[in-house]
Amino acid sequence: MEWRFDGGAPIYTQIVDAVKLAIVSGELPPGARLQGVRELALEAGVNPNTMQRALAELEREGLVYTLRTAGRYVTDDEAAIKAARRELAGGYAETFLTAMGRLGMDKSDIIKLLEQDREV
Amino acid sequence: MAILECKGLSKSYGPVKALDGVSFTVGSGRIVGLLGPNGSGKTTLIKLANGLLTPSSGELLINGQRPGVETKKVVSYLPERSCLPEWMSAWQLMDFYGDFYQDFDRSAAEAMLTRLSIDPRARLKHLSKGNREKVQLIMVMARKAQIYLLDEPIGGVDPAARDFILSTIISNYNPTASVVISTHLIADVERVLDDVIFISQGKVVLAAPADQLREQQGKSVDQIFREVFRC
Repeated sequence: MEWRFDGGAPIYTQIVDAVKLAIVSGELPPGARLQGVRELALEAGVNPNTMQRALAELEREGLVYTLRTAGRYVTDDEAAIKAARRELAGGYAETFLTAMGRLGMDKSDIIKLLEQDREV
Repeated sequence: MAILECKGLSKSYGPVKALDGVSFTVGSGRIVGLLGPNGSGKTTLIKLANGLLTPSSGELLINGQRPGVETKKVVSYLPERSCLPEWMSAWQLMDFYGDFYQDFDRSAAEAMLTRLSIDPRARLKHLSKGNREKVQLIMVMARKAQIYLLDEPIGGVDPAARDFILSTIISNYNPTASVVISTHLIADVERVLDDVIFISQGKVVLAAPADQLREQQGKSVDQIFREVFRC
């Protein structure tokens, strides 16, 4: 996985989003085993406590689960993955709509644009 | 439990107050950034923690004890400037550290030297400045200490070496040990910090978990620092 962090959002929420994206996109398929906290922290260049916090959050949201001795795995629960996809898509859509609004585009302009109408 | 605790700590050099009533604690398992502009008191604080200076008033405790022989067993200190004899090689330094510190892990030091392609037989004076700094950091990080006090560990090295230093700090991480990093190069370290302490003119102006600051202010620690210390 590639890790990039920016701006003001807490690092752990950025990690949560990056792992979610990897799960939703299939880069981390259902049932895949995650590396240990320390390895992941090293790879991302972040504090292990921060990585731990992000993984706990993903666990709370039902996207990963822990087997006591065997490590952490991506969920097999299709519904949970679908919900995460919807949530991420909603976030991207909001960013998109905010930017479009700033450009002065209204709803019909945006729809035309999305339908590849170059006349907008 | 607090590994490091300061209570109303002050240090004056003649009429100059280098530290003025500083109070904070560092818990176990935390990586803490001690951040402040030049001359804010960072090095004074770290020297006090190592018993190289004594407080003018107030108190600094490590594991509940004043700095001394017992605390030096558990504190691994990287001074701001090179403190190692230049005629020694890394090999000799490992003997030296092994003699001095019971918690020195020689195989860890050797592995780090190999990873950085530093010849352990070369005398320090024949190494580049950057490599000398790396050797010193390796000696400090190869101890299994309870607290690491790193005074400007990334100041004089290139960006690749900075990444190595930060990854060394993360990979040596042990859930009960704490790390205090003093620096003004915040953008480089903020990803690894649990907590930040901003000091200015000898006083603590802000102390909080790094992610909490980012969340509340919607800015990176680096941006917050630039605003707090705008010249």
